[in-house]
Amino acid sequence: MNWAEFFSMGGRGAFVWGSFGVFALGIALEVLLLRMRSRRSKEAA
Amino acid sequence: MSSVSLELVEQSELAPEDGFWVALKRDLAIAMQNKGELAQALAFMAIVVSLFPLAVGPEAQLLKRIAPGVVWVAALLAALLTLPRLFASDYQDGTLEQVLLSPYPLPVLCAGKTLAHWLTTGLPLAVLAPLFGLQYGLNGDELGVLVASLMLGTPVLSMLGAIGAALTLGVRGGSILMALLVLPLFVPVLIFGAGAVEQALSGQDTTANLSLLGAVMLAGAVLTPVAIAAALRISLD
Amino acid sequence: MNLYRYASPASFYPLAGRLWPVFAVIAALLAVYGLYEGLFVAPTDFQQGEVYRIVFIHVPAAWMGMFIYLVMAFYGVLALSFNTRLSAMMMRALAPTGMLFTFLALWTGALWGKPTWGTYWIWDGRMTSTLVLFFLYVGFIALTESIDDERRADRAGALLAIVGSVNIPIIYFSVTWWNSLHQGLTFSKSGGSKMAPDMVIAMVAMVFACWAYSIAVALVRARAIIREREPAHVWNGEAA
Repeated sequence: MNWAEFFSMGGRGAFVWGSFGVFALGIALEVLLLRMRSRRSKEAA
Repeated sequence: MSSVSLELVEQSELAPEDGFWVALKRDLAIAMQNKGELAQALAFMAIVVSLFPLAVGPEAQLLKRIAPGVVWVAALLAALLTLPRLFASDYQDGTLEQVLLSPYPLPVLCAGKTLAHWLTTGLPLAVLAPLFGLQYGLNGDELGVLVASLMLGTPVLSMLGAIGAALTLGVRGGSILMALLVLPLFVPVLIFGAGAVEQALSGQDTTANLSLLGAVMLAGAVLTPVAIAAALRISLD
Repeated sequence: MNLYRYASPASFYPLAGRLWPVFAVIAALLAVYGLYEGLFVAPTDFQQGEVYRIVFIHVPAAWMGMFIYLVMAFYGVLALSFNTRLSAMMMRALAPTGMLFTFLALWTGALWGKPTWGTYWIWDGRMTSTLVLFFLYVGFIALTESIDDERRADRAGALLAIVGSVNIPIIYFSVTWWNSLHQGLTFSKSGGSKMAPDMVIAMVAMVFACWAYSIAVALVRARAIIREREPAHVWNGEAA
């Protein structure tokens, strides 16, 4: 199996990677926001 | 207004369930003093319902098709408009603090207030609904189902709405916040209510939808007074 | 050991500090394994082709969205009946994660629906009630964030979560019922095809990864809430 084939996902790559990408983005965003909140609350004390 | 509220505290020798009537009579008396507000909600609903034909065109078949949804969504919006007033004036003039101290059980008082709200908003709306239905070409039986669905459904709007109104008392941006809290909870009422009318339009049996609506109303009548009372305590603590 | 001890923020704080990295590591390992299984090992679905692989994130997200709301309501019951601060903190720590998963369930569902059924959105029972659930989260967060008094915000949120969770079955039923009255919109998500063993493994791994992730994030957020609200001596003794 080559990578181009893998990323094309049978021609439905936009949908599959659109899902996985936004999922990863959402998780990353939450982690980032939470880290900022954590840091702020530590510095405030 | 204050003389009515003092009564709440003084008549401690009465039975607990009398609190229901005390709260009901008091709120009805206040509503009678502000008939203008009562009329405003009805006028709002009449205007919203009249806007839709202007927006989608006067085609009779289409109007009939969207009538149940339009009237029901308008009823939801009208309820939202009036709900902030349910506790707000009592909250501002301190009456609500007194109500919490009254010898009557708070849920009973809340039930009375909620019924008063329905009698002054939902009930007139249901009674006037045939006028709205006529604009959309509904006929005899269909109008009857529309009225019945509003009669059964709008009390639930008052009950759930009272929880939202109590939770958002004195909170900044309270009325839009209340809409956010309460509208998702209105979904079943909207579905069963508009669904009944829609079934009437397609000549189907409406009893299932109407009984579901009645069941939701009964469950609400039992459960929501406790929740409203808890919400008031939380907001005034 | 007395479990009740951990109901106080002071003893919960260091415990959560020790536990969250464990759950974070579990989540990461399971996610790597689940994604590998799901994207490379699991066979192509004979009906839907490759696009079915969205299921490995869609289903866990939908479950977590639903489940977290119920956990919040459970913490809400504890917060109101025993007046425990920590339950309310956990409830509020979970809300953003639940909302995120519900949003992701809707998003991945839409992107799955387009190639599979030809439309991004369909007013079917599950999707519609997930949308309503998303609105319930929005309402919860809007309410708790608008109230400045933390105690009132906690208790108001608790009551709202309870009222919402009582409503969820009614909402779900009403939406499914409504859908059944409007024939032509119903479809089956499984598409009739049975899941191969590798698919099941990938799915289970992803579900548990999301679980572990939610726990880790909620613990970290609860710690932040404790730092924001409690005096420093409550949480400063962490080294001890």
